[in-house]
Amino acid sequence: MNINSVIAKTYIFSNKKLTAVAVLGVVLGMSIYIFMNSMMVGFDKSSNASLFKSTSHIRVYKDDEISKPLLSEEKGTPIIVNPKVVPVKNTIINPNLVIETILKQKDVTVVTPQVTSNVFYNNGKSQISGLAVGIKPDEANQMYNIKSFMVDGDFDALKSNPNGILIGSGISQKMNLSINDNINLTSSKGINRNFKIVGIFKTNNSNIDKTKSYINIASAQQLLKEGASYITDINVNIYDPEEAETVAKKIENITGYKAEGWKQANETLMAANRMRKMIITFVSLTILLVAGFGIYNILNMTVSQKINDIAILKAMGFKGKDVIRIFVTQAVSIGLMGVIGGIFLATILITILKKVYVGGDIGYFPIDYETKKFIQGTIIGLVITFFAGYIPAKKAANVDPVEIFRK
Amino acid sequence: MTIKQQLITNNSILKTQGIDKFFYQPTEFQVLKKISFDVKKGEFLSMVGKSGSGKSTLLYILSTMDTEYKGELFIDGQLMTGLTKDQLAEIRNQKIGFVFQFHYLLPEFSCLQNVMIPALKLGKLSEKEIEEKAYNKLEILGLKDQALKPASKLSGGQQQRVAIARSLINDPLIIMGDEPTGNLDSKNTNIVFDIFQELTKDFGQTIIAVTHDDDFARKSDRIIEMKDGEIIR
Repeated sequence: MNINSVIAKTYIFSNKKLTAVAVLGVVLGMSIYIFMNSMMVGFDKSSNASLFKSTSHIRVYKDDEISKPLLSEEKGTPIIVNPKVVPVKNTIINPNLVIETILKQKDVTVVTPQVTSNVFYNNGKSQISGLAVGIKPDEANQMYNIKSFMVDGDFDALKSNPNGILIGSGISQKMNLSINDNINLTSSKGINRNFKIVGIFKTNNSNIDKTKSYINIASAQQLLKEGASYITDINVNIYDPEEAETVAKKIENITGYKAEGWKQANETLMAANRMRKMIITFVSLTILLVAGFGIYNILNMTVSQKINDIAILKAMGFKGKDVIRIFVTQAVSIGLMGVIGGIFLATILITILKKVYVGGDIGYFPIDYETKKFIQGTIIGLVITFFAGYIPAKKAANVDPVEIFRK
Repeated sequence: MTIKQQLITNNSILKTQGIDKFFYQPTEFQVLKKISFDVKKGEFLSMVGKSGSGKSTLLYILSTMDTEYKGELFIDGQLMTGLTKDQLAEIRNQKIGFVFQFHYLLPEFSCLQNVMIPALKLGKLSEKEIEEKAYNKLEILGLKDQALKPASKLSGGQQQRVAIARSLINDPLIIMGDEPTGNLDSKNTNIVFDIFQELTKDFGQTIIAVTHDDDFARKSDRIIEMKDGEIIR
């Protein structure tokens, strides 16, 4: 072993208490950093997962058009304009072609058309207003994974039964409806139709469970008195939801219809996520930094204690960089021990918390072993300990031996 | 130049030429004035003088640790003045051994390890060879049986002898001592002095020592006496 490392090792073990305190600081800092960040990733994943139960990554629709003056304004000819929404149908023209075009994009996984209608659910005298979503069952299941939150009935029955309907658990409770019961829907266009309940789903978002139902797209078109080419929305899923905004822009350019990414559509949720991210990052980094200060303090103390050693080492031919190496080795060794301990502690904390049931929309605590965060924590922890060691080491390297010997 | 003079020059191991040194704190003050002298190989040289005469300051310049001076310093025919701190550190490691008033051993290490450190730094021999050599040096100083004890467990005289063993480990050209017996009783002073004398006589070792002890100085080969920054004898 190199003599510098031997000396560093001796310093580490000759003062076990100080070393232990410094290591403990890093262990706590590291584990809390990894733990909090894993928790944050867990939160994001769980909130996204519940969001994607009813929202696609990108929604393509026809935006309202605002009327424009026929003449462009010229100098000296004032034009009186009164811009308004143009009364055209919000339908996508030639939807099949648009769907095909979108499917050709390389990031796209699922594309499915959707027709949404505001409806009243009637059963006897009771009436609830809600939203009937017309879907193509197979594609919609690929997109939202509806089967995963079915609580009763059979999703596939929707395919074979054009009059089938999947209702939210809230509607079923309020109207006392179960599988194979009939339910009457009244659309905004005044159409009345009976549907047979083939399934009940529960998203755990009570607002959705109390209002939403899924029907075949053809039935939805009928409720709206429209033909088979009437499509209001095309929903698109892509490989990486984080890319939604860029892909949406591309789709918008190709198709000419408005394409909106899920982040844009859920701006409030995103803002809350960002805020949470900022707070957690700030707090966890601060904790890690405090651990760094611990190392800095202890090394500063060691340098002051060992100033005679440093002077004699320099007299005997140790260079400034050798001295730096001795103390940085000490700091990084403390850091390394702390990082390993921190990884252990974080793993234990996560394992325990994973088993905690919080109920509601979330179920078990949404936390997982996030490898990326473990690596990130390790790197940041080591960088901080390196600098926490480097600053006192630099001071030690600049010790003038003559000054010490003359005292 | 006569042949004799040339021989003497060739035999010179350390040489200074017109060394001036100033202190600027608290006021400007010239500590050393045009110091020029030669040290020959195998010489046991002691520097004496009242405190403030500049003898320690001179020693630290000779040791290459103090680089802020005017004039020129040659060790083993090589100009030291103007070399970088890292280059000087390498030269010290290889060519100069140090014995200080206070032993300055590393207290957490054993005597053997303390002796081995400069050689491990030099890295020319394997660890095993160095260990053997260190035992050898400790034996010369009569400390072989103390080798594995922590340095802090030894008496003052023993510690100073370990420090001397450490200064010898790389077979340096020169051993420099700053009051090497300043902190020892008369018995240990005699032991250290005997060791120094033995080193010069039997091993041809060059020694430069700053001392307050007139007895010690009188027994050395040559005395340089300093006063007010000048060599008076």
